Amino acid sequence: MMDGSAPAPLEVATTCPYCGTGCGVLARVSASGLTTVAGDPQHPTNFGRLCVKGAALGETAVPKGRLLYPAKRDATGLKRVSWDEALDEVASGFQRIIDQHGPESVAWYVSGQLLTEDYYVANKLVKGFVGTANIDTNSRLCMSSAVAGHKRAFGEDIVPVSYEDLELADLVVLVGSNTAWCHPILFQRLVKAREKRPEMKLVVIDPRRTATSEMADLHLPIRPGTDVVLFNGLLSYLHQHGVIDTAFVEAHTNGYARTMAIADNTAGDLRSVAAACKLDLGVLTEFCRLFARSEKAITAFSMGVNQSSSGTDKVNSIINVHLATGRIGKPGAGPFSITGQPNAMGGREVGGLSNMLAAHLDLDQPSHRALVQDFWQSPAIAAKPGLKAVDLFNAIDEGKVKAVWIMATNPVVSLPDADKVKRALAKCELVVVSDVMADTDTTAFAHLLLPAQGWGEKDGTVTNSERCISRQRAFLPPIGEARPDWWALSEVARRWGFAAQFPYASAHEIFDEHAQLTASGNADDASPRYLNLGGMVGLGKTAYDKLEPVRWPVLKLPPPLAGEDWGGGVLADDVPCETRTPPAGLPPVVSMLGNAIQGTSESAHAANPQSSPASGGGGLAVFADGRFYTPDRRARFVPTPPQAPAGRLDDDFPLVLNTGRVRDHWHTMTRTGLAPRLATHVAEPFVDLHPQDALLCGVREHDLARVTSAHGSCVVRVRMSGEMPRKSVFVPIHWNAQFASDARVGKLVNPVVDPVSGEPEFKHTPVRVEPFMVAWHGFALSRDSDAADASPLTSAAAWWTRITGDGYSRHELAGRRADSTWSSRARAMLGVDDPDADWLEYEDLSAGIFRAAHVVDGRINACLFISPRPDLPSRAWLSGLFAKPQLETEDRIGLLIGEPLSRGDDAGATVCSCFGVGRKTIEAAIKGGCATPAELGAKLKCGTNCGSCVPELKGLIAELRARQTAA
Amino acid sequence: MKQRLVVIGNGMAGIRTVEELLKLDGERYDITVFGTEPHGNYNRILLSPVLAGEKQFGDIVTHDRAWYAKHGVLLYAGNPVIEIDRKRRVVKALDGLEVAYDRLLIATGSRPFIIPVPGHKLPGVIAFRDINDVETMIAAARSHRHAVVIGGGLLGLEAANGLLRQGMNVSVVHVMDSLMERQLDKPAAKLLKAALEKRGMRFLLEANTAEIVGSDRVTAIKFKDGSEIPADLVVMAVGIRPNVELAKAAGLHVERAIVVDDTLQSLSDPRIYAVGECVQHRKNVYGLVAPLWDQAKVCAAHLAGFGHRRYGGSVTATRLKVTGIDLYSAGDFIGDKDSEDLVLRDPGRGVYKRLVLKGGCIVGVVLYGEVSDGPWYFELMQARRDITHLRQRLLFGRAYCEPQAA
Repeated sequence: MMDGSAPAPLEVATTCPYCGTGCGVLARVSASGLTTVAGDPQHPTNFGRLCVKGAALGETAVPKGRLLYPAKRDATGLKRVSWDEALDEVASGFQRIIDQHGPESVAWYVSGQLLTEDYYVANKLVKGFVGTANIDTNSRLCMSSAVAGHKRAFGEDIVPVSYEDLELADLVVLVGSNTAWCHPILFQRLVKAREKRPEMKLVVIDPRRTATSEMADLHLPIRPGTDVVLFNGLLSYLHQHGVIDTAFVEAHTNGYARTMAIADNTAGDLRSVAAACKLDLGVLTEFCRLFARSEKAITAFSMGVNQSSSGTDKVNSIINVHLATGRIGKPGAGPFSITGQPNAMGGREVGGLSNMLAAHLDLDQPSHRALVQDFWQSPAIAAKPGLKAVDLFNAIDEGKVKAVWIMATNPVVSLPDADKVKRALAKCELVVVSDVMADTDTTAFAHLLLPAQGWGEKDGTVTNSERCISRQRAFLPPIGEARPDWWALSEVARRWGFAAQFPYASAHEIFDEHAQLTASGNADDASPRYLNLGGMVGLGKTAYDKLEPVRWPVLKLPPPLAGEDWGGGVLADDVPCETRTPPAGLPPVVSMLGNAIQGTSESAHAANPQSSPASGGGGLAVFADGRFYTPDRRARFVPTPPQAPAGRLDDDFPLVLNTGRVRDHWHTMTRTGLAPRLATHVAEPFVDLHPQDALLCGVREHDLARVTSAHGSCVVRVRMSGEMPRKSVFVPIHWNAQFASDARVGKLVNPVVDPVSGEPEFKHTPVRVEPFMVAWHGFALSRDSDAADASPLTSAAAWWTRITGDGYSRHELAGRRADSTWSSRARAMLGVDDPDADWLEYEDLSAGIFRAAHVVDGRINACLFISPRPDLPSRAWLSGLFAKPQLETEDRIGLLIGEPLSRGDDAGATVCSCFGVGRKTIEAAIKGGCATPAELGAKLKCGTNCGSCVPELKGLIAELRARQTAA
Repeated sequence: MKQRLVVIGNGMAGIRTVEELLKLDGERYDITVFGTEPHGNYNRILLSPVLAGEKQFGDIVTHDRAWYAKHGVLLYAGNPVIEIDRKRRVVKALDGLEVAYDRLLIATGSRPFIIPVPGHKLPGVIAFRDINDVETMIAAARSHRHAVVIGGGLLGLEAANGLLRQGMNVSVVHVMDSLMERQLDKPAAKLLKAALEKRGMRFLLEANTAEIVGSDRVTAIKFKDGSEIPADLVVMAVGIRPNVELAKAAGLHVERAIVVDDTLQSLSDPRIYAVGECVQHRKNVYGLVAPLWDQAKVCAAHLAGFGHRRYGGSVTATRLKVTGIDLYSAGDFIGDKDSEDLVLRDPGRGVYKRLVLKGGCIVGVVLYGEVSDGPWYFELMQARRDITHLRQRLLFGRAYCEPQAA
């Protein structure tokens, strides 16, 4: 704690809203309202570190672009309405459609960025009170294959590994995960651990060379879509080399024989595996040997595994290997799904997927349904799985679903075949969108817009990839009329007559109810689940507010802390962590506060590397007893015959499109797009491809290319990073229609889904790449202001991307109309109407070069650079000009010359105008020996034309002579 | 015995030729110079600063009588030649003096063109050519208020600026819609006009003078549209006419001016040379100073017996001598369909630059506000240097094109 002598600005501990790592963040708000953030040194995930996205959170917690008020669309556009009116419309609109077409005609599409409390209320409302399971989430696009894989193998969606396990492992295999970019802090932990224990090995399986694979001991650049072959091959290798933990298999699993038979049959010899996966046999063998000899092995995976038409099989092929070797339920071992969203896990816990019920209870189990309905006191309970994301939007397109409420997600950008989503929403009878941003690709289709609270305003909990529940705390007042999503949902429930079942006044009440439900019927003789927050039932507001990161399950609280309300400061200040050991007799999984998760600092961890299941490593204890959550409490092997990806390459679509993240952006950029410091690492949407493929496609680096699949196309910048294998191209997922003219890669993605999980195949769509011919390339920078309107700029271009700068916006542009009137056109593009404006320009029209700048009160207001080639000036130095209070002459010249100037040789004030000879040049010549104007003229030409400067030349000679004499 | 060289015209062209000749061979000729004006030689281009009060007459005298004496040049100032007798090879002066020549150099220059509108002979209507005109203007400025300059070209604007500096109300009447249209493109002319207006100059463009009004002195100018402005002093600066009457009378071949070949010899009589504004060379008649220097050099070499030099014509560059206004123009600044333009506009800094390129070379330059690179462009233009490799930075000047010597 800080020394209390000076009143420090309010500092709030909260959780980062980006990836599934779930880092602790300390946020401060300055007197002027600016948010600054730092890593929370106390948080057991990141111990004070933040990645660049997290560090830039302050730049995104700004009012810019926010949706401030509820709004309703009429014939003329969106009109501000009151919350009451908006909620009345939502309630009556949904009710009318339900009355006419039944509960299956409405749907919710929510998000892994909702807080657990929002998620819980949404799920409860839909499944218990509307009586449909038509609530799905963008987590469907992200880790539903992992969920399905877990359920098939373990009987419950349980991630059996923690971050500490990663540090304890002797071998970490990263599959389909660019962890270095997508989960940077987690990756840093890994790297640090490896520095301490160089014997620890890192294997990366990824078709691309990535920042992650650069760090690996072994990189397996696998042929896209052949993961199952690889892991079947590994399983068979382990079998052949006697690395199977027969005792574990016999005691705790089912289905081994059949699974092994299929593995042996499909991948029984490494040579054929290497051929199928396009791997070097030596590298493959090395990997298998490494795995075979590493007791402590973790296979961590993310989208490269999940986002596949056989994603669930991929997950199970990985789990199979761990079950067969018994490398699960032990420190430093297990299969580890790393999630992509801040609260994908929380959503899974409350049942926010259309094939789940709630609290890890199942839709298809009557007893579970009864339990939940009874708990909720609800009039109905969904009896069958609802529509999964892709199907849900198909159903909207087909008119089967007529009303949809979209919360905290942007499906028009993120779903596969995204233009179909657009079409579907365009004809949907009622589209309600809750969002923090006013203008997204999805809000454009809303009939009703509800302002949601953003990060820093909302209050609740999130769960990260290692089942650690952390508080997201509010530290900013809600902007405009933004309200919690749970509140809006509860208000609709109230309008439907369910006020009693949705009485929530604050987030902690919802969390409490959720915790109760996880404990409800959660016993060996009833409906046992590993997810159990029974120990957190009854948390009062104070204790909830003080809640420190805790990994579930949480069965019981240490005695001093259990009770009606945990006594505030007791937790953090008065009880040393070490003393907070659970009382004897509790199950070994008790992990509340003070156990493994509660490491107070990194050094504490380092000092106590032995932290073992017995001493409280919650994650380490999962399945330690060999008991799983299937009916017979045995884990299941799942046979995984390899399946090829759905899309086949042919002459029309000869390349494989892989999609993914870049380091500094997040999802559909609605938030990271606001932060200048996140904009520069990768400024533009791109297609990365192998130089040889580029040659075959006829595209050149830095030029623009159209990438086309059977479903749609986008236009992006060509990049040849050297990271791509042949036949494979990569396009990032982030760019939406607010940031680029035509870069929504979702349009291209094959909407085929995994038959079990319903997760789309984002990593394997056949495409072609063609040159996108333009007559000119350009970019514009314009100072942000309320009046700034980029539409003349973007409408003048055939292609554009917007990049957020510090106090300005940058547009990268390209156009087809070669124009001989750039001067007037540029003014129109930058909105400069005043003919007397301080407008400077350079044109070389026959070379196609044009540069212009608009200056207001000596400050740069906007500039535009045009060239026929993508060889435009450095954008970096230009940004510096926007920070300058006054442009200097050099800056003005630099703007037109298109590069920063170090001052040219200073000739001094012109003396001889005829030949442009300056005073300093002349002085130098005099010092060099010229003693008469004639001599100067012979040397410098000065004074030899009109002669009017000869007197001055004489004067200068005399002056210098006098000076020399004086000296 | 020395040969006899007679020079008709004690102006810049004639004396520069003499000077060049003396450098080459001081002994070859007995030199006699006849001049209309009663002075030694002075720098006519600097009359504008004198009018503007920035220089005194003494400052612009380049060759006083002592110079002539020192170099043994016989000067008849204020005694113009009125006849050339080619048969006898003598010139006859106004006072009857006859001087024989072996070689004759005609450097009679030009005189201002006076538009023959009614009233053009009224007192108070003058040209801007010599020190006498300047003195007239300075005197008028002391007692009169309204000056009208007819002609918005280089000379007219310099006169107008001088009169403005002398405290008069100055209006410039120009028949075209744009100032200095022979030297400037419209954007530059616009900048120039704005800058001069800021100093208080008034402009009447596309104005046709119909009549100069007045009885014993000019009082107003009337235009063809019927409008009228007050005028106590009218300066005509609408162009020059070469002084060729003498040559014509002597039977030399004269078109617009005395036609000379590449050695500056008259086509009709190889003993007779001509330089300066009275010369027509390869269809061109020049009114600027630089060609005159070039001609003087060639002519002097030839007179000195070094026949190897040839004059191939000049590309001219212009600059306006109005203090505080930097303007430079050279070559074909309008261009055509085959030419390419580099243009820079920064009105905030008062800068306009334009280069006209053709076939990778500079063919025209207009600079306003920032003219220091003008001579360099001019050099590149004259040398027909391929500037393709400099093109990206060319317009920003030599300092940005040439790697700096560390």
